[in-house]
Amino acid sequence: MNNKNVIKVENLTKKFGDFTAVNSISFEVKKGEIFGFLGANGAGKTTAMKMLIGISTPTSGSAQVADFDVFTNPEDIKKNIGYMSQKFALYDDLTVKENITFFGGIYGLSRKQIEEKRCLLVEELGLQDIVNELVGSLPLGWKQKISFSVALLHNPKIIFLDEPTGGVDPITRRQFWEMIYKTANNGTTVFVTTHYMDEAEYCDRVSIMVDGKIEALDTPTKLKEQFKADTMNDVFLKLARG
Amino acid sequence: MKTIGYIIQKEFKQIFRNKGMLPIIFILPLLQLVILSNAATFEIKNIKFSYIDNDNTSFSRALIDKFEASTYFNVVSNFPSEKIASSAMLKGEVDVILEIPHYFERDLLKDKKTDLSVIINAIDGAAAGVENVYINQIVQGFNKNAQATLIQPSDLINQPKNISSITSFWYNETLNYKTFMVPGILVLLVTMITLFLSGMNIVREKEIGTLEQMNVTPIRKHEFIIGKLFPFWIIGFGLLTIGLIISKVIFNTPIIGNLGLVYFYTAFYLLVILGMGLFISNFTDTQQQAMFIAWFFVVIFILMSGLFTPIESMPKWAQNLTEFNPIKYFVEVMRMVMLKGADFNDILPQFLKTLGYAIIMNGLAVWSYKKTS
Repeated sequence: MNNKNVIKVENLTKKFGDFTAVNSISFEVKKGEIFGFLGANGAGKTTAMKMLIGISTPTSGSAQVADFDVFTNPEDIKKNIGYMSQKFALYDDLTVKENITFFGGIYGLSRKQIEEKRCLLVEELGLQDIVNELVGSLPLGWKQKISFSVALLHNPKIIFLDEPTGGVDPITRRQFWEMIYKTANNGTTVFVTTHYMDEAEYCDRVSIMVDGKIEALDTPTKLKEQFKADTMNDVFLKLARG
Repeated sequence: MKTIGYIIQKEFKQIFRNKGMLPIIFILPLLQLVILSNAATFEIKNIKFSYIDNDNTSFSRALIDKFEASTYFNVVSNFPSEKIASSAMLKGEVDVILEIPHYFERDLLKDKKTDLSVIINAIDGAAAGVENVYINQIVQGFNKNAQATLIQPSDLINQPKNISSITSFWYNETLNYKTFMVPGILVLLVTMITLFLSGMNIVREKEIGTLEQMNVTPIRKHEFIIGKLFPFWIIGFGLLTIGLIISKVIFNTPIIGNLGLVYFYTAFYLLVILGMGLFISNFTDTQQQAMFIAWFFVVIFILMSGLFTPIESMPKWAQNLTEFNPIKYFVEVMRMVMLKGADFNDILPQFLKTLGYAIIMNGLAVWSYKKTS
């Protein structure tokens, strides 16, 4: 793992009228790192993430994602990142295969590349039986795993995951994190928000947002030391309750 | 370009996979075309006619026979007094009361002049006006016959020359109301379906959350919009084609002009409607909102399109407003080309306005569609 920063954020702020959703946050994320982005509901995680993926323009501050500026080159950022949202993001009324073709196509993959990727995916995830099923008919766990793989179709430098394991059973959650590890090992940076504190323990580094600010940022081990807590759960409770 | 292809492919799959939507897109509009064209008629027929014959002579009966012979009037009653007739009118049993005075025949023979009283239910003013014209025509016809029988040879020299007008009805010789309505209703259906579908399409992706996913992809704005709207453009043509076939086969509507011109104009007209749909979906968050707004505009556009009521009889300010109504131009073009055989030069004003409208509408739509908020 080299030490190149793929996300650089400085004093990034987003205001909606009088309300400051994200209040001058600063951090860096290295290549191949699994970066946990934690915070209570309404702490500003999603808003911050939307600025980084180029669908929300910051009010002030600066941020570079994959060497592109969020103010001036949001469309270039989009070519280099993958995103999997809280809301399920594949088309329910298309089959698994059609979804792969569509997303591969709009990321500019050639027919041949799409075909190869699809075979690889079917192999890895064991999709042989369901590749021609409508996505809407699949269980949530499957949908999330496929959604994750589809977000990686174009080999992005960074993948943003917004609560990817919400509502998923523990077994699938474990499989999902195995996929995340594998992705990070291949050099893709993983930026993940979650409400599961056991998942926070799996991250290389974790930041915790409270009321629009980053109140803590370090490795899980150091955070536990710093807050004299046994688990990340206690760390989170101490911070979030103020 | 390749990206657009992928989007179009996806859209078509989604549209044709939606088993609930397919009949709404293709079957309902055509049912409406068949039903509306037959039902939405302003022809005044089957007028409930009644009379009070105070004279009861061969002359008065001849006059009533004339009404009975008319296809417009159904002679429903013969009232003994005006009071009973009035109460029947109040109950809606009759539309017209003709009162023939006492000594009708005698006065006509003696004075060559007499009066008839006609009472018309005028709650629907337009219908009452038409009924009045019909009654006058019949009475005048009766008048002429009566003159012919009454005139003495000696009077002949003093008679003023009779001036009569001979009317010829152009473009719709048989005054078939359907010929007038079918092209217009076809416009309405093509417009409604494409506007509703395009208006709800993008907002639907907003609702299910896939639009956010699209906005995170490097897809370009114009690629997304073209890819999204193209399928509805094609569906618009599909509807027009099926509608034209129905109007020819079922209603035998004449198609005098060049159909190519109709399609050429429709190509640009659909851009206006699709741009409008996209514009609406950019400003709404749910399909329900989009539907309400689209519906609001459609109702105004339809009522002010000249489809049901002539624009010429609207107040001046309303006439000015209709300049902003794309449906008006399409209705005009359809009627001109199909019924009058108009060529491109004839529809040039409508075409240019539609083209301008398309540019403005799509400009607004593209401008208001934002990948970044």
